Amino acid sequence: MTSRARWLVLAAVALLGTAYVFPLWRVDLVAPQYPEGLGMLIRIDGVEGVKPNDLHSINGLNHYIGMKAIVPEAIPELRWMPWILAGLMAGGLLVAAARRRLLLYLWGAALGLLLAAGLWDYWRWGYDYGHDIDRDHAIIKIPGMTYSPPVIGSKQLLNFRANSWPSTGGLAMGVAALLVAVAIVQTARTRREAA
Amino acid sequence: MSPSTRSRILLAAGAVLLGGLTYACAGSRSSSLAGSGDNARRVYVAPGEHDELYAFLSGGFGGQVGVYGLPSGRLLKTVPVFSQHAENGWGYSEETRPMLETSFGFIPWDDLHHTALSQTKGEDDGRWLFVNGNNTPRVARIDLTHFETTEILEIPNAGGNHASPFVTENSEYIVSSTRFSIPVPNRDVPIEEYKKHFKGQISFITADQPGKMDIAFQLVVPGFNYDLARAGKGPSAGWMFFTSYNSEQANTLLEVNASQADKDYIAAVNFRAAEACMQQGKGRRASVDYRHNYLDEFSRVARSERKTSVMQILPADCPGVMYFLPTPKSPHGADVDPTGEFVVAGGKLATVIPVHSTKKMLQAIKDKAFEGDLEGIPVLKYESTLAGEVKEPGLGPLHTEFDGKGYAYTSMFISSEIVKWKLGTWEVVDRAPTYYSVGHLMIPGGATAKPFGKYALAMNKITKDRYLPTGPELTHSAQLYDISGEKMQLLLDFPTQGEPHYANALDAKLIKERQVKFYSLAENRHPHVARAEREVGLERRGNVVHVRMTATRSHFAPDNIEGVQVGDTVLFHVTNLEQDWDVPHGFAILGATNAELLIMPGETRTLRWTPTKAGVYPMYCTDFCSALHQEMQGYVRVSPSGSSVALKANTSKSAARSGSN
Repeated sequence: MTSRARWLVLAAVALLGTAYVFPLWRVDLVAPQYPEGLGMLIRIDGVEGVKPNDLHSINGLNHYIGMKAIVPEAIPELRWMPWILAGLMAGGLLVAAARRRLLLYLWGAALGLLLAAGLWDYWRWGYDYGHDIDRDHAIIKIPGMTYSPPVIGSKQLLNFRANSWPSTGGLAMGVAALLVAVAIVQTARTRREAA
Repeated sequence: MSPSTRSRILLAAGAVLLGGLTYACAGSRSSSLAGSGDNARRVYVAPGEHDELYAFLSGGFGGQVGVYGLPSGRLLKTVPVFSQHAENGWGYSEETRPMLETSFGFIPWDDLHHTALSQTKGEDDGRWLFVNGNNTPRVARIDLTHFETTEILEIPNAGGNHASPFVTENSEYIVSSTRFSIPVPNRDVPIEEYKKHFKGQISFITADQPGKMDIAFQLVVPGFNYDLARAGKGPSAGWMFFTSYNSEQANTLLEVNASQADKDYIAAVNFRAAEACMQQGKGRRASVDYRHNYLDEFSRVARSERKTSVMQILPADCPGVMYFLPTPKSPHGADVDPTGEFVVAGGKLATVIPVHSTKKMLQAIKDKAFEGDLEGIPVLKYESTLAGEVKEPGLGPLHTEFDGKGYAYTSMFISSEIVKWKLGTWEVVDRAPTYYSVGHLMIPGGATAKPFGKYALAMNKITKDRYLPTGPELTHSAQLYDISGEKMQLLLDFPTQGEPHYANALDAKLIKERQVKFYSLAENRHPHVARAEREVGLERRGNVVHVRMTATRSHFAPDNIEGVQVGDTVLFHVTNLEQDWDVPHGFAILGATNAELLIMPGETRTLRWTPTKAGVYPMYCTDFCSALHQEMQGYVRVSPSGSSVALKANTSKSAARSGSN
């Protein structure tokens, strides 16, 4: 493992750390009646409104379609994720300290898997909210309609356009993953050249 | 009536007639001008764009304040102050009724004449708007973060609070002086003994602490009629100037008997000297009865407190507190220019506009250039304070404002025009007709140290043919002029609510970013709040039934109530659970003899209802809140007195499910 790879790993760890401060994902709900905007921020340890009462308003709107209320306390992942991220960062520091090629590969794989799992989990919760509809009490019922927001991208949900994109923390994690990939490729190439 | 008075009145009447004819012709010419593309562009605010200024026009006999955008003239809001407002329940809901309590009991109306924006260092700061109630003397504070009246103070010993609520440079005080002198203290005396018993009073009211307005001191002054006022600044800092008329002290047919003397007076009050006098213990405590009403910030419930004493000062006991400046013919306005050097008097019947110099006034006081005294108040010599006179300004000068570029603009009621003249040279430089008979005029910031100087607004007393006619009763008209150039240009003509006597306007930026969009439910400390649907409930206390209920899109909880009996009084305490901008809910119930409620997000409002007949009564949301607004309803079952129907309420399952909202 080269010195450059080591610095890349340290940079990746630093970038991962920003996820404690900045939101990972942002979902904006766009409709004419909300010129001031309405949206949610998904953080490593919670879900909150872009503005203080946005989540309250979104839950109020969701009752029309029979969606259950988004209650951050009811999402256990939000309690685990800060610790998982801490573990990942500790692993990164260990890799940088030990400078073992194999450890780097293992850590890189763990990072990739956990990021993928996080995205999948986000999709799963979105799917759950969008499909677990109380059709007996829903006020607006449209046969076949579900309300899952996209993981990445834009989708029309009745009168709202839902835009879901990674935010500062999520982007930083993505860049961290890229840096680690570069570190792995470089380390592997250096080894081949040495052989 | 003396021959000279008669001829003067005839002359004035002739001028009105002539003025009417002249300006009827001018009207058609100018309306084609106003229709020209350029003027239209200057007042056009494109869809989605905002006006440059907020303008606050007093509502006169409407008892409220109209908020308009300028330059478009669009009405943005009516802020109810002294008058009940069925539209949102102001003065009807249990929370707001105490705001209209007075020492005479609950009063549902007043005549709101003047506005005064709060100031810092002599400039508008956009914190509060103060207004006066003329008939039952009161002043009020409107908080400009939520455009709501938050405080009303009654003024004792006043017989018509007209010269009010003009503000000092840092909003330390607003003032009130009596239009009608009355016996002080008020008592049963023959009216013809006016000169013996009747007194004026001038009050200074502490204003810089919201919720804590009070009368700092009251000057007991000669029994004249007191009119408008302005605070000094710069060289005249610490002074307040009040006009007075009826120095003849007439008590009947004032239009003649109060127009006899060549001069009336501007009363110059040194309020710093008055403070010092109070500190020296020269004031006296007088027994009075008045009310102070204010809205608690967190419960949003108004309280009405009774006050029973006031500090009074007799000017004779405190030399240096008050002087009279002789001023021609029943002056209306006493307007201080942006530098604080000049006080312009609008003598309604005067043939000139006299301008006093505050520097000369201070010198004259030092030199004791007195021509006598009135009840121990020195009267300065007219020439000793006079800076100059504007000659032949027009007829009926009332009120003057300033553009900050060295010009003054005086409204001329009888000749129906605005006259622009230059401070210092006192030359008239321009005239613009008004349609018709302008009262006050307003330049944004025109009464401050830093006028905005781009527009002037004429508030007129006669409307006649300006708009599509609406029977005998017409709205009052207002006209907007561009005063940025050498010549005033009429841009826009728009109808207004009530009778705007005066207005203020300021840069929208000072207010618009500080707007409250809704009230925090978490901070709602109303005694009957339900912060969530699980907190709703019913409670009977004797024959009073408290219904603690919630409103959210699109249901009430509870929405069916049974067990109310004829003879009960039901208090519906409705909390709006929304926490988003512009989602009010309304509440009305069949047969309510008061009004509806409009409940802002996060707020609790209470409607009192006394059913008189058994039956089932629908209630519903009156503010179109959502796609299912029309479903937002419920019923109250009223049983005969003594019925065994238990008091109970139910909420629908879907309401219970979204109870976390």
